[in-house]
Amino acid sequence: MKHPGTNNKVYKNINDNFDWSPENFKKISKIIKKYPSDRIQSAVIPLLDLAQRQNNGWLSKNSLEKVAETIGMSYIRVLEVATFYSMFNLEPIGKNFVQICRTTPCWLRGSDKLSKVAKDVCEANIGETSSDNKFTVVEVECLGACCNAPMVQINDDYYEDLDEESFKKILENLKNNKSIKVGSQIGRKSSQPERKFDA
Amino acid sequence: MPKITIDQKEYEFENGMTVMQACELAGTEIPRFCYHEKLSIAGNCRMCLVEMEKAPKPIASCAMPAADGMVIKTNTKTVQKARKGVMEFLLINHPLDCPICDQGGECDLQDQAMYYGFDKTRYEENKRAVQNKNMGPLVKTIMTRCIHCTRCVRFSTEVAGVDDIGLLGRGESAEITTYLEKTIESELSGNVIDLCPVGALTSKPYAFKSRPWELTKTETFDVFDGVGSSIRIDTRGKKVLRVLPRINEETNEEWISDKTRFAIDGLSSQRLDNVYSKIEGKLKKSSWNDAFTIVKDQIINRGRENTVFLSGKFTDVETLYSAKKFSESLNSPYYDCRFDNAQFVEKSNESFKFNSSIQEIENADAILLIGSNPRWEAAVLNARIRKAYIENDCKIGIIGPKLDLTYNYQHLSDSLEYLNDLSNNQSDFNKVLDNAKNPLIIIGTSAINNQFGSKILETLAALAKKIQKNKDVNPLNVLHQDISRVGALELKFINKNFDKDYNLGLKKHIDNNRPVVFLMSLDEIDFSTLENAFVVYLGHHGDIGASKADVILPTPAYTEKSSTYMNIEGRVIQTSKCHNPLGEAKDEWKVFRVLSDLINQKLKFNNLRELRNELTNNYNQFLSLNELNLKKDLSFGKINKINDIKINYNISNFYMNDSISRSSETMALCTKDILKKVA
Amino acid sequence: MLKEKDKIFKNLYGFEDWNLEGAKKRGVWSNTKDLIEMGSEKIIEEIKNSQLRGRGGAGFPAGLKWSFMPKDSGQDHYLVVNADESEPGTCKDREIMRNDPHLLLEGCLVASFAMRAHSCYIYIRGEYYSESSNLQKAIDEAYSNNLIGKNACGTGWDFDIYLHRGAGAYICGEETALLESLEGKKGQPRLKPPFPAGAGLYGCPTTVTNVETIAVSPTILRRGSKWFAGLGNPNNTGTKIFSISGHVNNPCNIEEEMGIPLKELIENHAGGVIGGWDNLLAVIPGGASVPLLPKSICDTVKMDFDSLKEVQSGLGTAAVIVMNKSTDIVEAIARLSHFYKHESCGQCTPCREGTGWMYRMMEKMIHGNVQHQDIDKLLDVSKQIEGHTICALGDAAAWPIQGLFRHFRPEIEKRIEERKRRVA
Repeated sequence: MKHPGTNNKVYKNINDNFDWSPENFKKISKIIKKYPSDRIQSAVIPLLDLAQRQNNGWLSKNSLEKVAETIGMSYIRVLEVATFYSMFNLEPIGKNFVQICRTTPCWLRGSDKLSKVAKDVCEANIGETSSDNKFTVVEVECLGACCNAPMVQINDDYYEDLDEESFKKILENLKNNKSIKVGSQIGRKSSQPERKFDA
Repeated sequence: MPKITIDQKEYEFENGMTVMQACELAGTEIPRFCYHEKLSIAGNCRMCLVEMEKAPKPIASCAMPAADGMVIKTNTKTVQKARKGVMEFLLINHPLDCPICDQGGECDLQDQAMYYGFDKTRYEENKRAVQNKNMGPLVKTIMTRCIHCTRCVRFSTEVAGVDDIGLLGRGESAEITTYLEKTIESELSGNVIDLCPVGALTSKPYAFKSRPWELTKTETFDVFDGVGSSIRIDTRGKKVLRVLPRINEETNEEWISDKTRFAIDGLSSQRLDNVYSKIEGKLKKSSWNDAFTIVKDQIINRGRENTVFLSGKFTDVETLYSAKKFSESLNSPYYDCRFDNAQFVEKSNESFKFNSSIQEIENADAILLIGSNPRWEAAVLNARIRKAYIENDCKIGIIGPKLDLTYNYQHLSDSLEYLNDLSNNQSDFNKVLDNAKNPLIIIGTSAINNQFGSKILETLAALAKKIQKNKDVNPLNVLHQDISRVGALELKFINKNFDKDYNLGLKKHIDNNRPVVFLMSLDEIDFSTLENAFVVYLGHHGDIGASKADVILPTPAYTEKSSTYMNIEGRVIQTSKCHNPLGEAKDEWKVFRVLSDLINQKLKFNNLRELRNELTNNYNQFLSLNELNLKKDLSFGKINKINDIKINYNISNFYMNDSISRSSETMALCTKDILKKVA
Repeated sequence: MLKEKDKIFKNLYGFEDWNLEGAKKRGVWSNTKDLIEMGSEKIIEEIKNSQLRGRGGAGFPAGLKWSFMPKDSGQDHYLVVNADESEPGTCKDREIMRNDPHLLLEGCLVASFAMRAHSCYIYIRGEYYSESSNLQKAIDEAYSNNLIGKNACGTGWDFDIYLHRGAGAYICGEETALLESLEGKKGQPRLKPPFPAGAGLYGCPTTVTNVETIAVSPTILRRGSKWFAGLGNPNNTGTKIFSISGHVNNPCNIEEEMGIPLKELIENHAGGVIGGWDNLLAVIPGGASVPLLPKSICDTVKMDFDSLKEVQSGLGTAAVIVMNKSTDIVEAIARLSHFYKHESCGQCTPCREGTGWMYRMMEKMIHGNVQHQDIDKLLDVSKQIEGHTICALGDAAAWPIQGLFRHFRPEIEKRIEERKRRVA
């Protein structure tokens, strides 16, 4: 399964200068306060997340090292964490990180068809970034929205109750910089059973 | 004592033991890969599974604390099945490259596969391939062989104290590496080679050199620092191929430094294997007889009573004793061992020893380091300090410039003047020392290599007396850097004229008397002092000393003779000869015996046994081997006012610090790669 | 069918306001002080009497677990809420956190008080971004209304809740892996003993509990253990959120009484199997790690811990994955094998090496590209993993395959024969 988050290698980028943005720097002290003062290593995941958000969705060498220095961890321990968790991307990704759930509950409801749609519309193979840098398409394991299968996560948001058509529309809208609707694409509330929807 | 039943027999065990340790006590062998006595418990290989009554599944015996009344079974079908299963899983992705693997013949995986494994494979998928990683000039990696036991990760973080190695990724793509494949920056890095149960981490310099069964294995001791680590030297013919640690809980535990392990290639380069004498300003090959005649004549012509004998880093007790006897026969009192100018306190032998013992460091909860970089001066001893730091939360204070140590410390001052604060109870660290149950003071030679050296020692002895809580532990420790020194001082291989300032005293004597000077593998002095001397260099390496010599007499290196040494604690050790000396080398005592004969003052011993008998008759402290005879109280101690003396560490390169390691290509690579210095 | 008045989760679908105001209207935070004033021992006693079993998968008696926390350890105590919902098929905690977060927060206070913990961490899976933002807003509301924080609810008990987001690792749902992750390390499970109640987060006494378990506890205390124990069957009491996914007409989360027949659950709440009950092939009744059940068992089996155990499966997280006859059952399980291979932490040998091996063999079995004896080989490999690993992921990877072979061995044998014929 090709995925920038399941990579053990640090991407070499020459022009990689990473320093905390002023807002994020403020956030750090808030994050660190959640943990006992002698246990701030606990903040490594939140800080890597923050660094990744600041760095366009992936962690560069300097951003990893910045996180390590911020909380006094060694580089190798931070890299261990960054490579262990699948949400940390170690190579650049496109503007829209399209994560198609492939696990059985979504597959039963047609997730493999969604992968085909994504390949066609985004013009990128699974695990790859489109040449216009708009999309990185990956398949991921269960995202925990099984009653709304099949579903896809794009950046932070879930798009649920998809079929080929609705998914295609979402991707085309993204391609054309149009707005898209988050959540269920058939208009139901959460995972309600009734099929009396407001849309 | 609590009792445990193992395979239907009851055994007593000590509280705190694991099931695996209890099984060992019972003589039941439990196979394992990840478990190692000196490292934290990982429990990840699952090879040590045993059955425990009432437990629904087999348990990892390495991690399970033994408890009273426990019933353990190690020979059931379930256990056998579990072991076979784990063995199979370890092997499915392990390459079948044993014929070209350096671990072959001493591989845990190979051995245990023979015993516990299937005889054929049922794995039909492709084997995993893992990219090799750079870990520096010492550790070679073939990562496809890795079984993910994480011993190397645990060693580097726990013992070596460098967060350099890690396990990246997860699942079947988990892989061991250093951060961005940088070199492991530790003086103890070579130990990961021994720890690796398979051939994933092997010795780079030893790569493809030999098979273990072709080697002659000699149990002996290390000479590269004052610890005298227990080692095994593997040779083939006249070539030393490998050095491995032997377990010695009292000194080196299971570790050796990278210099001990890897400087051995220096034994085959720059060697002095011929006699040379200077003819018309040029060193020319010569014969022993001619050289003896020249030296004899020079001694007589230049005044035998002025002849000087100077010992070096590796000079053994036999050499020192015979040199001293020879010198005395010439009526010359000019012998000395203090080339680094480290002082001691007269009549107090505990003023130059590591009195607490090395093992006792483990119990320390406060350590004051003065003028010492233990990481470089005695790397395995430094690992004990780290152990105390981890296990006892030991507080460490240092006097001397800041250092990159493997534990946190409080930097007290760069100057020895700070001792006044400690004497007057004006330092923060006084409280730490006063509150500690087992405080220790460790004094490096960089603190006492000045004219006030003995005053400094007295002051620290007074402090030691004050903080001593345990009558059985003398807190005052002097950390000498070479294996020769303590023995030399025990033999009183010193001259009062060279007190306080060795080079100056020596220069005065040499300039006034223009004597013959014997340098016994001594390369670490200011050679301008020797301008007016006739220099006879006894040694094995064409280092600085040899280049200044008028006569060169080749002697065996430490692997080529049996030598007695006294380590920093006063422990007498005797090394073994691993192979015959190179070229024309002759033991030093034989040289002095021949010369004494030529001067008609023939020394009384005719062989090594007689020499050692005479030595131990005169100095009975050398009688019993491998034993400690610690002096638990201090016979001296006095508070002196100490001047503002800035400490300069007298060791600038761990890797190339003596004539052997300076000749080692491997050590030169380390110097370049790790210290970023030009070797 | 569970009566409306007996439902604990009154806003499971978010039809109403999830904020504090809305929550208060539903009775959350109404008399929390009284609950606290019951005292630690009484609270634990009530939870024990309710026979509440952990809702995270293992079904360990909750009251008993809470009682393991030491009385006077002299250390900080922690409650850690396991919101790392990642078991395939399961999406119930998500609904609690985004639609009724105050129910969870109130539970955190009550449970923490009972376990003498002044701090509580909620470890939520990183992908649940909007859920975590709702939860964080709810936490902020609770702080500003003095429901938590110093002198929480006026009880004199100081109590903090911190939200911690994970970053994509199924294994962090294992309690000790979760603690490792919370401490800033890789989520690799710890060896037990020591158990978290003795040495958990930061080496301190800790209880790790699933979101749903915590969220139901204030209601149990309010309505009494007898009420809760009166629902369902003995030892399998109360209500439970079932996540029904796969081939049903209306996949949904639904709160129902424990012990409800599987058929009733699917037909009454999920609109029935697509193509009708007779079109049912198999059901995975408790999330990916429990063995599947063929239709014949599904016809009658009841949905609770003990009933499902009897048929060699388990209630797990009560995530019901329904597969009708259009399903390639081998691929369905092979996908789960892929999941476990992907999620193995890599720490211990059988799981690290075995999950990949199993997946690769399963992948071949989809096309019958194996020999007959390979079925037994794969079964044997799965047994070599089961029970030999540090945590339960090894078992979880083995069971679905064992379940497949138990009930669908002829299907694989058929594929082998078919392939042989094709190749010949």
